[in-house]
Amino acid sequence: MNAERIKRILGQIPLHVVVIAMVVVWLLPTLGVFVSSFRSRQAVRKSGWWTVLSKPLTPGQKEYAAACASCHGKDGKDVVTADLSNPEVAAEYMKTNRLLPLLRQEVNGQPHVQDPEWQALIQDKSRTKEALDKLAPISQYLGTLSGAGQAVEYNLTVSNWLDALVGYKGTETYQEDCATGTSKSGKFKCDASDLLNREGMARAFLNSLLVTIPATILPILFAAFAAYAFAWLDFRGRTWMFALLVGLQIVPLQMTLVPIAQLYSKLGLGGSFIGIWLFHTGFGLPYAIYLLRNFLGGLPRDLFESIYLDGANHWTAFWKLAMPLSVPAIASLGIFQFLWVWNDLLVAIILLPNNPVLTYQITNLIDPKGGNWHLLTAAAFLSMIVPMLVFLAFQRYFIRGMLAGAVKG
Amino acid sequence: MVPKIMKQGTLTPWFYLAAALIIMLVFIVYPTINTFVLSLKDKTGTRSAAVDCLPGQSCWGAFDNYRYALTDPEMLQALRNNALWILLTVPGTVGAGLMFAVLTDRVRYERLAKTIVFLPMAISFVGAGVIWKFVYYLESGGGAQIGVLNALITRLGGQPVAWLTNRSWIVNNTSLWVVWIWLWAGFCMTILSAALKAVPTEILEAARVDGANEWQVFWRIMFPIILPTVTVAATTMTINVLKVFDIVFVMTNGLNGTEVIANRMFKFIVTNQGRSMAIAVLLIVLTIPIMIINVRRFREQEMIR
Repeated sequence: MNAERIKRILGQIPLHVVVIAMVVVWLLPTLGVFVSSFRSRQAVRKSGWWTVLSKPLTPGQKEYAAACASCHGKDGKDVVTADLSNPEVAAEYMKTNRLLPLLRQEVNGQPHVQDPEWQALIQDKSRTKEALDKLAPISQYLGTLSGAGQAVEYNLTVSNWLDALVGYKGTETYQEDCATGTSKSGKFKCDASDLLNREGMARAFLNSLLVTIPATILPILFAAFAAYAFAWLDFRGRTWMFALLVGLQIVPLQMTLVPIAQLYSKLGLGGSFIGIWLFHTGFGLPYAIYLLRNFLGGLPRDLFESIYLDGANHWTAFWKLAMPLSVPAIASLGIFQFLWVWNDLLVAIILLPNNPVLTYQITNLIDPKGGNWHLLTAAAFLSMIVPMLVFLAFQRYFIRGMLAGAVKG
Repeated sequence: MVPKIMKQGTLTPWFYLAAALIIMLVFIVYPTINTFVLSLKDKTGTRSAAVDCLPGQSCWGAFDNYRYALTDPEMLQALRNNALWILLTVPGTVGAGLMFAVLTDRVRYERLAKTIVFLPMAISFVGAGVIWKFVYYLESGGGAQIGVLNALITRLGGQPVAWLTNRSWIVNNTSLWVVWIWLWAGFCMTILSAALKAVPTEILEAARVDGANEWQVFWRIMFPIILPTVTVAATTMTINVLKVFDIVFVMTNGLNGTEVIANRMFKFIVTNQGRSMAIAVLLIVLTIPIMIINVRRFREQEMIR
């Protein structure tokens, strides 16, 4: 290896550092949600998701060992008059505001805590909050030690996914509550029928499919007809109508929601699937026609002339020639429209309030206090699986469609 | 342009166009007009907006909802925020996208790196909201910080930060802008990357032979060539940012100084239809300049064809 080559490789290092750093930053947030979706409720609350690979130390074990183990012993049994492994004793002090006053008292004329630093902190009334914070892990460990507290389950689990699928928001998991027969009575039957629970992600998943598939096919079909006319037929107003279409592409859909919702309630289409299909079709059309017309218009003219000379009419030319050749463009368009409809929130909230789709269902699960990250992370991932797979499988077409002039939204 | 050899009846084109045109008329053109009409009505959409005017207070008559949309403090906050969203996230996404496009072009794992940066495009705004709320999470009790950002800060010895409920509205908004850039940088990267790859390598090589360094090659040669694509990326981003709704709705619901126009409109959609619609009209008025730019660009492209 010569010096020139080494110099070149060294010169490349900053580039790799920047690229890899950026990839990590882009991946990390999603990875965190993915990992957390497999951790138990308590584990998510108690420790960061990145600790999942390190051997989980029981919370508070370290703090207990440093501050208490010298007298009470590793298992808490060494002081016979204060056996910390006894659940009844430990249960008293599982709250830090109970533990602190106890530690402030003397034991047999001696300070309870030997360590001078700890002692100073505990006795200083002006630092009570700090002392309580420092005691929290120890209190928690007392619970674990005696079995009085709830042990934190650190093993990975799929119970969050199950809870999310059926929409179970109990303090225990759906499986546990079903096993003990304590699930919220009436609402859950603990069999497959729970998957159809209205508050569950499984039902929402089905709704999302029911909305998205027709709302992807319909606009492409209508757009293909219109695009054929714009590309290969002659009619008055062809140019200005197409320019208008370019403008229509960016009409904010907020503009149209209320009038359409009113129209629907008059026609009895309120909250119906047909209503939302047609709405997405209307909004998908300008871009779809634009893209397909540009594609069809770019096909060689000879092809159309020769098929026509062979005696074909426009109908035949459309189905036998234009459509088969536009498969790549239709694929790009299909992916665009699919992702767009699948990920939509606003239209679904307003036009389909009674059959929540995935995005809407997630917003129903959000707990402002952050108490259900385990459920929310699983739910978020359930909503992302399909679009991610579609995206990864058809990335090529997606990019092609984008490059053809994506101004959508 | 159209091959004359292909005969057609006068009605044939309309047969192909009918379905699309009717649907667009019903779902885009009619509601847009109707939205304007409703914006002049009161909260129930039945009487003129002027009926809500109180004696002795300023009133714009039938246009009273626009008085709200243009002068109410909440709306002014939303307008300010939307302006800042455009000013900061458009250069942010285009800049990040351009940087990624240039850098990944030089490494062997280009495809993988690009896929990862592009992947957020497949995620809904709602999903992204959940993902980033978790990143920004602040544990205010005694427990460990489970949000990556605050865990990192406390590990480095700092105090945890309320990223979304901060007293400073700039912090809250910046947190949202970061999410936006995370979501859209991949889009900009992809179209800019395609443009970069289309730059003829001979020109670049010639410049390098003449002694230009990489920095000069980029700014003096590549950038001017891809400038039209940069403009496309920037206009697309501007339209999207103008309509930003879901992220704000999910992450802060417009609280703590993060209100935006589309979220205001949504808040009133049931309680005060007139206002809601006036805000919607405001939104479309703001998009008109970009609409004109797009149509003009389309015309130019058609000339070249």
